[in-house]
Amino acid sequence: MNANLTAILYLVAAAAFIVGLKRLGSPKTARSGNSVGAAGMLLAVIVTMVNLEGVSWWLIIAGLAIGSAIGAVLALRVQMTAMPQLVAAFNGFGGIASALVAGAAFVTVSGAELASETILTMLLSVAIGTMTFTGSFIAYAKLQGIMGGSPMTYPGQRAVNAVIGAILLALLIWAQISQDGIPFWLVGVAGLILGVLTVVPIGGADMPVVIALLNSMSGLAAAATGFVISNTALIIGGALVGASGLILTALMCEAMNRTIWNVLFGAFGGDGSGAAAGAGGNAISTTPDDVAIALAYAQQVVIVPGYGLAVAQAQHALRALTADLEKRGVKVAYGIHPVAGRMPGHMNVLLAEADVPYDHLLDLDDANTTLGRTDVVLVVGANDVVNPSARDDSTSPIYGMPILEVDNANLCVVIKRSLSPGFAGLDNPLFYMNTTRMLFADAKKAMTDLGKALESI
Amino acid sequence: MADPVVIGIVVFVLASFVGFEVIAKVPPTLHTPLMSGSNAISGITIVGALIASVSGQGALVNVLAFFAIVTATVNVVGGFLVTDRMLGMFRKPKPTSNEEGGR
Repeated sequence: MNANLTAILYLVAAAAFIVGLKRLGSPKTARSGNSVGAAGMLLAVIVTMVNLEGVSWWLIIAGLAIGSAIGAVLALRVQMTAMPQLVAAFNGFGGIASALVAGAAFVTVSGAELASETILTMLLSVAIGTMTFTGSFIAYAKLQGIMGGSPMTYPGQRAVNAVIGAILLALLIWAQISQDGIPFWLVGVAGLILGVLTVVPIGGADMPVVIALLNSMSGLAAAATGFVISNTALIIGGALVGASGLILTALMCEAMNRTIWNVLFGAFGGDGSGAAAGAGGNAISTTPDDVAIALAYAQQVVIVPGYGLAVAQAQHALRALTADLEKRGVKVAYGIHPVAGRMPGHMNVLLAEADVPYDHLLDLDDANTTLGRTDVVLVVGANDVVNPSARDDSTSPIYGMPILEVDNANLCVVIKRSLSPGFAGLDNPLFYMNTTRMLFADAKKAMTDLGKALESI
Repeated sequence: MADPVVIGIVVFVLASFVGFEVIAKVPPTLHTPLMSGSNAISGITIVGALIASVSGQGALVNVLAFFAIVTATVNVVGGFLVTDRMLGMFRKPKPTSNEEGGR
């Protein structure tokens, strides 16, 4: 194929990515946007294959077949509650693919003297790609429950990470100047190690930030690979993903009122120190029957879901309950905190699976407006995002984080298995407020019990 | 004519700005599909993986290229499919008017 035609077709593919992302920005056009992006990808792959000469076709066909089979099985079988870890895994695959391409390019040209920018982009692709790979799979292990979700810390952790980071930098400079194989591959090894060490100390509830950041990095690795093989489709596609990941990272940090450095290096929560035991007071527990009566005679009910909803797989039971309420003329809305769950938009996907119309889901500001005139709010498996300390207690570690102000409702029912502190290891004064009632149960059982109690009213 | 790498930097910077503009206003409801959809786009590195599979460069290149193709394809196929599956569940406010796509 003519080189100019090839370049134009790659540009068409890149334009399809931009249009696709644009359409992903509205619920009405999102699905077709995803298809436009996929069509762009197909075009890029076809153009590339038409231009291939002297390649091992068996290797390509086998690779495409195996990769497609694995990807399709993972995508079609995953449960919506397991979506964060799947996205993390896909990020990791993308990252390592970019690093492998750069590695193959390095071997192919070995012996020849490389332009300094060529070796630099190869090294960047390898370093970013390998870090994305292991970082993503540590995130996967934490989300899947293979590893504990709490931050893993040890004395001198920051120093160790700083030393590994410095070693990586030194290896990069060594490889850049010498163009030698040994430092080149060691850069990959250091990237793999650094990816593990960076994510291990990060706690489960900070995963929305981590996944968004890894998403951005997988894009940057692809862009770096684009420089290695001088391909604009890779550069544009990678830059788009890099930008979108960064925006989401910033949004998630903003929603927690923390900086990215604090998330990455703060090893937040989990130590259980601080005021955990002290604040206390008497929590008032309640029964499904009492809650059902309050719900049935309410005008406005707001549901505040959290990660506990996903863990208990309670989204369908919740939807059954709210559908019953709506039939009785109760207005039901859902207040979604940006960092509820384990990835950006996690709760929205779960509720969409349970057939909740997306215009019933309120973002932070709208939810707080509605909560001021709400009769009953049901907090299902959420904790830190409704902790009034973030608003009232300037000594609290989460002070300044925007919260859903559920204590403004007339009655707040917290569904929780026990009074144990949330991820941040903080006590929650909400539990001891006069207008709060605790319903101690697993989220799914609570929803089912409430549904039954409601039927008899 | 500038070096290819300089042209690449120009493209990269402009595309980043486009990315920021296009994505900045995505509503929270779509954050997960946006992430998995854009993640699938980062699988564009599959193009590099295909080009890397030139024969006659030794076994190491073949091994690296093979695993690059497999992992990039998982990323692309899995990413677009799972995004489609998720978006298929997003129900519109009025359940009866299902004119768009209808799948």
